Order: sequence, then C-alpha cells, then structure tokens
Amino acid sequence: MNLTTSHLIALLPLLIVGTTVIVVMLGVAWRRHHVASATVTVIGLNLALLSLLAVLNVTPLEVTPLIVVDKYAVLYMALILVASLACSTLAHAYLEGLDDQREEFYMLLLCATMGGLLLVSSQHLASLFIGLELLSVPIYGMAAYTYRDRTSLEAGIKYMVLSAMASAFLLFGMALLYAEAGTLSFSGLSARMSGGELSSAWTLMGVGMMVIGLGFKLSLAPFHLWTPDVYEGAPAPVSAFLATVSKIAVFAVLLRFFMTAPATGDGWLHTVIAIIAFLSMLVGNLLALTQNNLKRLLGYSSIAHLGYLLTVIVASDGLAIETAGIYLITYVATTLGAFGVVTLVSSPYQGPDAGQLYHYRGLFWRRPYLTAVLTLMMLSLAGIPLTAGFIGKFYALAIGVESSLWWLVAGIVIGSALGLYYYLRVMVTLYLHEPGESRRDATANWGQRSGGVMVLLLALAVLVIGIYPQPIISLVRSATLITAG
Amino acid sequence: MILPWLIFIPFIGGLLCWQTERMGPQVPRVIALVTMLLELFLALWLWASGDYHLANAIGNTPHWEMEYRVGWIERFGITFHLALDGLSLIMVTLTGFLGVLAVACSWKEIEKRIGFFHLNLLWIIGGVVGVFLAIDLFLFFFFWEMMLVPMYFLIALWGHSGSKGNSRISAAIKFFIYTQASGLLMLVSILGLVFAHFYQTGVFTFDYAVLRETPLSGPLSYVLMLGFFIAFAVKLPVVPFHGWLPDAHAQAPTAGSVDLAGILLKTAAYGMLRFAIPLFPEASADFAPVAMVLGLIGIFYGAVLAYSQTDIKRLIACSSISHMGFVLIGIYSGTLIALQGVIIQMVAHAFSAAGLFIISGQLYERLKTRDMREMGGLFGRIGTMPGFALAFIVASLGMPGTGNFIGEFLILFGAFEVVPWVVVIASFGLVLAAIYSLVLMHRVYFGAPKGEGALAGLDPREFCMLLLLLFLIVLLGFFPQLVLSVSNTAMTEVQQWFSVSSLMMQ
Repeated sequence: MNLTTSHLIALLPLLIVGTTVIVVMLGVAWRRHHVASATVTVIGLNLALLSLLAVLNVTPLEVTPLIVVDKYAVLYMALILVASLACSTLAHAYLEGLDDQREEFYMLLLCATMGGLLLVSSQHLASLFIGLELLSVPIYGMAAYTYRDRTSLEAGIKYMVLSAMASAFLLFGMALLYAEAGTLSFSGLSARMSGGELSSAWTLMGVGMMVIGLGFKLSLAPFHLWTPDVYEGAPAPVSAFLATVSKIAVFAVLLRFFMTAPATGDGWLHTVIAIIAFLSMLVGNLLALTQNNLKRLLGYSSIAHLGYLLTVIVASDGLAIETAGIYLITYVATTLGAFGVVTLVSSPYQGPDAGQLYHYRGLFWRRPYLTAVLTLMMLSLAGIPLTAGFIGKFYALAIGVESSLWWLVAGIVIGSALGLYYYLRVMVTLYLHEPGESRRDATANWGQRSGGVMVLLLALAVLVIGIYPQPIISLVRSATLITAG
Repeated sequence: MILPWLIFIPFIGGLLCWQTERMGPQVPRVIALVTMLLELFLALWLWASGDYHLANAIGNTPHWEMEYRVGWIERFGITFHLALDGLSLIMVTLTGFLGVLAVACSWKEIEKRIGFFHLNLLWIIGGVVGVFLAIDLFLFFFFWEMMLVPMYFLIALWGHSGSKGNSRISAAIKFFIYTQASGLLMLVSILGLVFAHFYQTGVFTFDYAVLRETPLSGPLSYVLMLGFFIAFAVKLPVVPFHGWLPDAHAQAPTAGSVDLAGILLKTAAYGMLRFAIPLFPEASADFAPVAMVLGLIGIFYGAVLAYSQTDIKRLIACSSISHMGFVLIGIYSGTLIALQGVIIQMVAHAFSAAGLFIISGQLYERLKTRDMREMGGLFGRIGTMPGFALAFIVASLGMPGTGNFIGEFLILFGAFEVVPWVVVIASFGLVLAAIYSLVLMHRVYFGAPKGEGALAGLDPREFCMLLLLLFLIVLLGFFPQLVLSVSNTAMTEVQQWFSVSSLMMQ
C-alpha cells in the first residue's frame, strides 16, 4: 500500500517520539548533559502531544494492516504521552542525585513510550507483540537503573525473567490462534470466530494463553506475584511508569482485541476473566492490608484497580469503552500523583527510596501542601467523592449493574471496603506526630520545581474531574473505536 | 440562591479557618463561630419567612418550599438539585444550631492544629447540610460519603485514646469502613434504580421526583430497598450494624460526639423518611415488620449495653442506640402521629445527647478521665454542673415536660393502632432507659467522693451552652407544635405513600 501524507500524519506521534530517541542518543554520544537530555525529552513528548491535534484530522485511518489510528487510539496515545511526560519530569528531579550515567534513562523511557503508542493503535497480533516488547524491554533497564542498590537490580531481573515468560506465553497463544485461523489481524480473527469456525479447543487455548501473557503485564491475580517486588525495588519514577503507561497501553489493546474479536462465544472465556477480575480485587486488597511500604502498597492497590477495570472486559458492551477511558484517566492521574509524592520525598536520589510508611509520619507538619496532595490521591484511590477516583468507581459499579455482573459488583464493594483500611492508614500516618528521628523529606522548594508543579497539577486535575467530570466524559465519549476496519 | 449558600458557607468558612491559623489561635475559632452563626441565622430566617404548614397538600409531587437546580453531569442526567421542605428545614436548622455548639464546646478543648480542626468540623456541617438538601440521588450520595472524611480526621487526630488497645485511629477506621462500605451498597441500589428507569424510558436521570415514579417489580424493589436500608441502618444505627458507634463516640472529641450523635445519626433517619420509604413504598411496607423487630432489639440491646458501660461517653453512645430504636419503630409504623413523633424524638435526642456529651467533655477537662468508677460524689464539688446533668438525664429518660417525652409518646401512641404488641414491648424499654440514666447520675454525682476539694465550676461559656440546650428541651416539651407544624406537610406525604402501599397489599 502507498503511504500518503495523511498516513504520515497519523504516524506523527510515533515518528516524533522515535526521532527524539535518536536525538537524545546522539546528544549523549556527543556530550553528556542531564538537563539537556531531559529538556529534549520533554520537548519531544510535548510535540508528540501537539501532533495529536493534527492526527485528529485524519482519523480514523488504517495505516498498513498492522496499525489503525482512530479516536480511541488518539485518546490513549494522549494519556500515554501525558503519563510519560509526568514520569520524565519526576525522573529529572530524582536522577539529579544519582552518581552515575543519567542520560540514558530518557532514551529508555522514550522507547517504552513508543511501544505504548504502537500498542494502543495496533489491530494485528504482530504489531501487538512488537509494541508489547518495545514497551517491556526498556523497562527492564529502567527498573534496574539504580543497579548499585540491590533491590533495584533485583527488580529489574525479576521483571525481565517473568516478562519474558509472559511474552513466551503470548507468542505461543498467538501461534495456536494462527494455526487455527490463518490470520493474525483482529478483524480477521473476529470474522472467523463469528462464523463459528473457530470454536475448537485450540482456539480457546490460544486465547487463554494470550490472556495469561497479558495478565502478567497487567499484573492481574493470579499472575501478580512480581508486582510488589518490582514496584518496591524499582526507582519511584519507574514504578510510576510501570503502573501507568504500561497498564494503559496493555489494557487499551486488550479492550480493542475483545471489542473487535469477541472470542467468547460460549462464555467460557468470560467466566475465566470474571474470575480473574474477582480474584484481583480480593487478592490485591487483602495483601495490601498489612503492608508497611508505600510502594508495595501502591503495587497491590494497582492489582485491585486493574481488577475493577477488568469488569469492563467482562461486560464488553454498553458503557464498556467509556468506562475504560474514564477509569484509566482517573487511575492514571491518581497513581501518578501518589508515586509523584513518593518520588519527590525520595528526590534527589540518595540510596533506596523513601518507601516505608514511617518515612511519611508527620509529613503534614513539615510539608502541608505535599501532604494534602498525597491525602487527595489516597482518597481518590479509595474512591471518595470530590476526587476523580469516585467518578471511576461510579463508572465501574455502573457497568457492573448495567450488565448484571452481580459477583463483580460485590467484589468491587468488598474490595473497596478492604481498600479503605490501608488507604486510611497511610493517610493518618501523614498527620501523626513526627518522631524525632532522622527523616526523608522533599526539598524545601519542591513546589517550584518541575516535578512539584506536575504533582500539583495532577492534584488539581483529580479535584476537577471529581467535581465536574462532564468535560472528561464528553471527551472520552467522542473517542470511538473502529471495529472490524 | 440561598440553598447552595447554605452548603457553601461552611466549606468556605472551613478553608478560611485553615488558612488563618497562622494569625493566632483565636482567629480560626472566631471565624468558625461566625460561620456557624451565619448558617444558623440563614436557617432561622428561612424558618421565619417560609410557609411550611400548607393545609394537607395531596398529590404525588413533593411540595418544595424552595428549589435550586443547575446541570452537573449531563451524561447521566445528574443535576445539582437542592430543595427544601419542612423536614429538611428542621434538620438544617438543627445542624446549624449544633454546629454553633460544636464550635463553642471545643473552644478550650482543642489546642493543637486549631485551624485544621475547624476545617474538618465545618466541612462535616457542610456535608450534612448537603445531605439534607440534596434531592438528586447522585448528589445525595456524594454528600453522604463526603462527610465521612472530615469526621474520620476529627476522630483520628483529635480523639481520645481509649482503654485497652482501643486507639482512636482504629475507632476512626472502623467508623469509616462501616459507613463507606454500606454506602457503596446504597450506590449500587441507586444505580440499579437508575438503570431500571433507563431500560423503561431510555433516559438517564438521578432525580428523586422522577425516579419515584419508576414502576419496579416486587423482588427488584425489595432488593434495592434493602441496599438503601442497610446504608441507613449502619448510620442510625440498627443493632446488627452498630459496632462502630460506641468506639467512635467514645474516642471522638466532644465536638465530634456532639455532631455524631446530634446530626450524623439523624441523616440516617432522614434518609429513610426521604428516600427509602418514598422510593420503595411497597417494599418498605413489606419490610416494616422486620424493621420494627430490629427497632425493638435495638431498644433493649442498647439499654442493656448502656447499663454495662463504665465509660461515660460509651454509656451515652449506647443509649443513642436505644433511642434510635424508637425512631425506627416510628418510621416503619407509618402513621402520621408516629412520624411526627419521630421528628420530635430526633430533635429532642439531638439536644439531650449533645448536652450529655458536652457535660462529659467538661468532666473530662476537669478530671482527665471518662471512667465512671473514678468519679462519684461530684455533687456539690463542681458548681452547677450536676444540676444540668440531672436535667439532661431526666430528658433522656423521657420525663414529661421535655421534648423527649413528646417524641416517645407520639411514636408509641401513633404506632399503637398499627402494631399494638410492638408498642407494648417497646414501652418496657422506657423502664430500662430510666435505669441506665439514673445509674449514670448516681455513679457520677452521688456516692462516696473520690477526691477532695472543689473543682472548677462552669464558666460563662459552658453555662450558656447548657442553659440554651435546657431551654430548648423544655420549650420542645411544652410547645412541640412549633416543630410539628413545620414538618406536617412532609410527614403527611410520607404517610400517604406508605399507607397507599399498605392498602394495596391488603
């Protein structure tokens, strides 16, 4: 097929981010300069974000059989770009204290972002796989970036091994599917399945193995074992990246796959996914109850949140796409904010992050506004009104009720009740009297630095979405998915 | 325009308190007091200027004295819809009044983080007023959940640590989880109702008046009603769901206890009157026997529980369980007289419980203990306080001449024609109330003195607060019509919904 200008425009975000990778790399080869690398990265990501406006003029457009750029993809691209922007600003503050090579981090981050962008617009299992690997492989490096700290190295290696295994599952699943269907495009698979030709055990097994692979990436129970360790060990900005960009991208493509190819004719797979969702809600929340490490706790809470979100896939109709969009936006803003505060308290880098809860004891009396932000994020994770999290939870419950998924609704209610316990524990720690001991603290002028400004903006976003969600809802509703293109 | 201001004033005042803390400890207190007085004044002005005793207005549309509506989330037809009728007016006025008291009684008690304390205190008031005014179900739920957060902070940060590992933090967490989890059940019910309406009409709406017309199948409406009922039952509290209450009350600072007993518990009764019954009249009528039995259990269980307490605040808290049992019976008996009695009982209980909590707060300031075994013989040592205490205790056990008597009498009188046996059994609860109340009086103020010398008497601030409360209790006892005439229309409507459905069942 011929590439026309509009095809190129549709690919602009990918191209811009790709170019930025090269620029950063060349820059590093020429002369190391931390601020310059960070600036170039931020400029590149912002340009990519701007280019989405141009992309909107050409959507929906199929660029090669692998990629489709529709409004749905644009929405998630925007979300990914914003999240990686946030992560790179956080990383900048964080890495300043690192006594090592700092510039390569941005290259890895940009590569992973590219992977995410590719994932959300892929409509073919091949591009899905390429995107997924492009997303995951740089994260190995990022997780182990502060490798002199053993936990970070451990996190990197753990993520590498398990992620590679998940990819193997995914590939095997794809192979089985291909053997049966003879096609790898979502629409092709969908056509075969609705024709009833693909109901053999092999197909279901293939899809099942893919679910396992993607379940690993989304850290759904029972494939969640790596999550807390990696979240704890990885540098805080990387944990933020892992919890947001990687989740958005994988979930977006999973949803597209299920919306296009309803491989669930006989309901078998629906049941499995419903069970996974229910388990994730319970396991995530239960295991978080006794955590004393904020990063681990956020890791477990992300398992639970992905469980809530999975309700969307089980329902797969009605409000599904809208719910996914709203929930992901609220989840991303909240998670970034929470990890942002952790990063700010741990910045600049000086050994292992301030993950322990006692690091945060009495933070309110030293840094009231930073604490207000973290409180807001905890409330939002718990889904309390006035915060974005409530709107997300409202949607999750709404879709559960709409599709009569009563077990999942019960799971959300129980999970939220459990979740409150540990979110509240974190919250109250912030306000207790501080112990007289040595402590970790954000720098005095955190509010004027880019990371701090970003966190404050996120807090504002969480509040605004919580109080007046209509604009976001309209935005998400306009992001339609092109099925069977 | 006055309705949204009733909600926003406390919120704005709270933020001001927080920000002005650096200007000295008195500034936030004064700002909070002024804010609450303004709120109370607005409510009283509404009371004076509006006409709430319409001659029995009949019809299916609720009669709002005042309405305010702006669009909010068009996607689901959610509006910022506030409305005022006699019932909400009484509750809002009560909230304003207790808000003033709460600020006044923490004037000396709270010495740390004063600004942040008043932020939380005022936000609770704002949230509660929102609950009383909202008639969009989403908005109602929004406020319902939102008021929990500041209450949580109030208990967790300024509370007293209790005995044997009963820390204030665990009390606060317990309170929050109980109410939030049950609140989510209500949200599920609300969504169920909204989607039922959506499937019938293709329109999303959370509007109370519209949803009230939704025809529902029997089992569905029963299940949805249960979702609402459980949320309200936890807050009221009804006995199997009361676990959070003694801890939360005992550990909360005085202002927190006053708010909790005075108005937070009342939001539950209000919710039943405003939402659970009118939205699901048939199911509620079906459920009424169960609810009344639960009320009976609450009356006796609460009384026994109260009797066995050694902590003075826990005792008062447990007595609330007992009093709310009467309220529950009154609500579900569904006669106009009983419903009117419920209103009086709620107001009177708010006054008497607030008085008792304020007194126990003052005792704590002087003795540094809430354990009744370490009190005793205080009569004559502590100025006029025992006299006030006696008056509030007498009110709480329902002596004629106090509002509590009118409330309990009307509830029992009104319910008798429907459920005579329930009333007969419930009446014995009054005896138990007398026992635990007098025991409280005896243990604290009579008996052998545990210490020497006189303690500081009441200062003018404390004296005025208690005198005002006492005055209101007696006023309510002699002129209940002041309140009854305002609530009449709203209660008639509830009663009509309820009786129509009861008739249809027979």
